[in-house]
Amino acid sequence: MPLFDQLYNFASWLTQNREDAEDLVQETYAKALKGFSSFQVGTNFRAWMYRILRNTFLTSRSGLKAASTVPLDSEDDAQELAVENETPETILVRSCSSQLVQSAIDNLPMHYREALLLCEVEEMSYQEIAETLSIPIGTVMSRLSRARHTLRDHLVRKLQRTEAVLEGAREINHGL
Amino acid sequence: MVCESWREKLDTYHDGELSERQIRTFDAHVRTCLACSADALARVQMKRAIQVAGKRFTPNAEFRKRVQQSIAAKRERSFHLGWILAAAAAVFLVVGTLTSTYVGIRSRDRIFSEIADLHVATLASSSPVDVISTDRHTVKPWFQGRIPFAFNLPDLQNSEFTLLGGRMTYLGQTPGAHLIYDARKHHISVFVFQERSLPARLDEDSRAPKQLSFNMETWSQDGLRYFVIGDASAADVDSLAKLLKAAP
Repeated sequence: MPLFDQLYNFASWLTQNREDAEDLVQETYAKALKGFSSFQVGTNFRAWMYRILRNTFLTSRSGLKAASTVPLDSEDDAQELAVENETPETILVRSCSSQLVQSAIDNLPMHYREALLLCEVEEMSYQEIAETLSIPIGTVMSRLSRARHTLRDHLVRKLQRTEAVLEGAREINHGL
Repeated sequence: MVCESWREKLDTYHDGELSERQIRTFDAHVRTCLACSADALARVQMKRAIQVAGKRFTPNAEFRKRVQQSIAAKRERSFHLGWILAAAAAVFLVVGTLTSTYVGIRSRDRIFSEIADLHVATLASSSPVDVISTDRHTVKPWFQGRIPFAFNLPDLQNSEFTLLGGRMTYLGQTPGAHLIYDARKHHISVFVFQERSLPARLDEDSRAPKQLSFNMETWSQDGLRYFVIGDASAADVDSLAKLLKAAP
């Protein structure tokens, strides 16, 4: 079965529930098999499969709920977000466990999370992401930019909280 | 200001979406700018951290098996429906003759369908070929010891085709060779199997069903069955087939 592991991973990120992810993947293959004649030769097979999976998810109950949570800022006219001179990523990446990054991805709004995963995990081009999500390339770029910015902010805050807790613990130990 | 404009494009650079010219200019800039090179390194590390964290969920074997079975059942069901309709029609016409004809068609269609599936699944794979070479003298010997037969590959000089590489493949439980060619940015698959090992007999004039949506040619030569399939034009598929038929 082509793309099985990748589709399952993506479905799990979307549904955040194992059983829902399994149902979603199973339904995706059933729809793909049934509608294979609608696949246009010469177009992107991978994007086609992901599009079926995502559309199936969006019409499910959990999908409708997730899609109704949209970011407040307008993404179409978003400027590329500049990064400050002092970049905390190096410290962050060293300090962050994979679980922390996973939790930060979990906390992203669905539109940002899916664009980021298709880009970073599935290594899709902007064009492929645009085809999969049925959005213009400019929107892909702004969603990616905002996803990365939000992820980084989340990690920075998390790290600062951890630092504060550790500092507090050190002071208590020192006092004792 | 130069650094600011580059920082805005750093992620696009790492995503491989800048033009060749922009990449060269950026590479030159990074060599001389400490701040940008540190920023670029940090973002690569962040990208890798997301890649690792993003590959989080793996399907278990039981679920994989369940999906495989449900797909197989669906194929079987759709086949049964077609067969029943065909048989009903046959009763009204000439029962015996048509039944055997439909069985033959069914087996042939299944082979063509499997070939199309193999072609699409391979091109969707991140590593479509096991031996990557444009040289037939590299690709052909690679199959020795891997498949139970030998075959000839044509010289592609002065043709519009380029050999991209090859891989082993299976049709049913029959091992065969799968070669991938490029023709004007279209990928064409060539499959070679032993004729006697195939799950159904194909006549000389066997034609691919129209609903495949691919151009396909098939023929038998020296005990081997060849399939050429792709979304390239029928003329290109035909030209490649002729070159293969004439291979010394």
